[in-house]
Amino acid sequence: MESKKNVLLKLFISTLYLSAFTFGGGYVIVSLLKKKFVDQLHWIDEDEMLDLVAIAQSSPGAIAVNGAIVVGYKLAGIPGTITAITATILPPFIIISMISVLYSVFRDNIIVNQMLEGMQAGVGAVIASVVFEMGRGICHGKNPASIAIMVGAFIACMAGVSVIYVVLACGAIGLARTCLFRKESHS
Amino acid sequence: MIYLQLFLSFIQIGLFSFGGGYAAMPLIQEQVTAIHPWLSMTEFTDLITISQMTPGPIAVNSATFVGIKIAGIPGAIAATVGCILPSCIIVTLIARLYLKYRNMSVLQGVLNSLRPAVVAMIAAAGISILITAFWGSESVISLSGTSWIMVLIFAVSVVLIQKVGMNPILVMVLAGVIKAVVYIAGNGF
Repeated sequence: MESKKNVLLKLFISTLYLSAFTFGGGYVIVSLLKKKFVDQLHWIDEDEMLDLVAIAQSSPGAIAVNGAIVVGYKLAGIPGTITAITATILPPFIIISMISVLYSVFRDNIIVNQMLEGMQAGVGAVIASVVFEMGRGICHGKNPASIAIMVGAFIACMAGVSVIYVVLACGAIGLARTCLFRKESHS
Repeated sequence: MIYLQLFLSFIQIGLFSFGGGYAAMPLIQEQVTAIHPWLSMTEFTDLITISQMTPGPIAVNSATFVGIKIAGIPGAIAATVGCILPSCIIVTLIARLYLKYRNMSVLQGVLNSLRPAVVAMIAAAGISILITAFWGSESVISLSGTSWIMVLIFAVSVVLIQKVGMNPILVMVLAGVIKAVVYIAGNGF
């Protein structure tokens, strides 16, 4: 593992860069955090990343902010959290400060509008790629219950069930599974 | 004390918004247009539009926007710190517990069932982004209403990420540039 100062520096630069270019909500930054810290730097393994995402998702607050906190904390404790959160907040803070002055000019610019629209398709592709890799990991586990949960949760989300309920329900299913399994192995 | 008011208002927004993104919107509206007369409804709508067009979570963007309008840069700092403080405390605590107790079999059981659900939630969010991209925000899904150029940009982006292994942020920017170039080619300046 690299020196702590080096880790913090890389963490700061990576999160700053991700935050500055992340349009379209928390799941996008979560996907990009996964690409950066799991696939590229190998600092976090894939299962651990999914757990961290679950924490970020089921806690109050913005997913992008929570995602930065969990990754920062995992990599370097409290200093990591402070580093990651500063880097995540800085780009929107600076951009919104400038835009609140120039808003009307920005809004009416058709080229800016077109670019932002095209970026939605690119964002969709990034998420599709992450879902494909993670979903393949789940299917390779060959656990029918996990695959059933994935399909069930997907249907619930598409039907508009609040993600808090989905997280709570799946956690409860896991708890029940563990307890039942224990009883069986005891008898 | 306006800084304290901003701070306290945004602490509530940070504390009670679960599920990210648009889940925070009604809370923000209540705090900044109804409870406090900080923004008019038109200004609030503008704020949401800005948030859609720029990076960053809606809650953080709103904190900066409202803070600057009401009390300049110090106001923006007070509101932003308020907005992220609950997350900092709660998420750090949970992450700490997770890293300490994750080897317990009960927690393992819960996490094993949560992982597939997280993949499903990311997939659902991705699909709603794509529906907006392909059919517009009114989301009337029909063959004739499909923006084929967006479908094409999506397909090219998937190939660039999956097969070519291109940097995802580069792919996103490229997707934006292609759309703008196609528009200019079709309509002129």
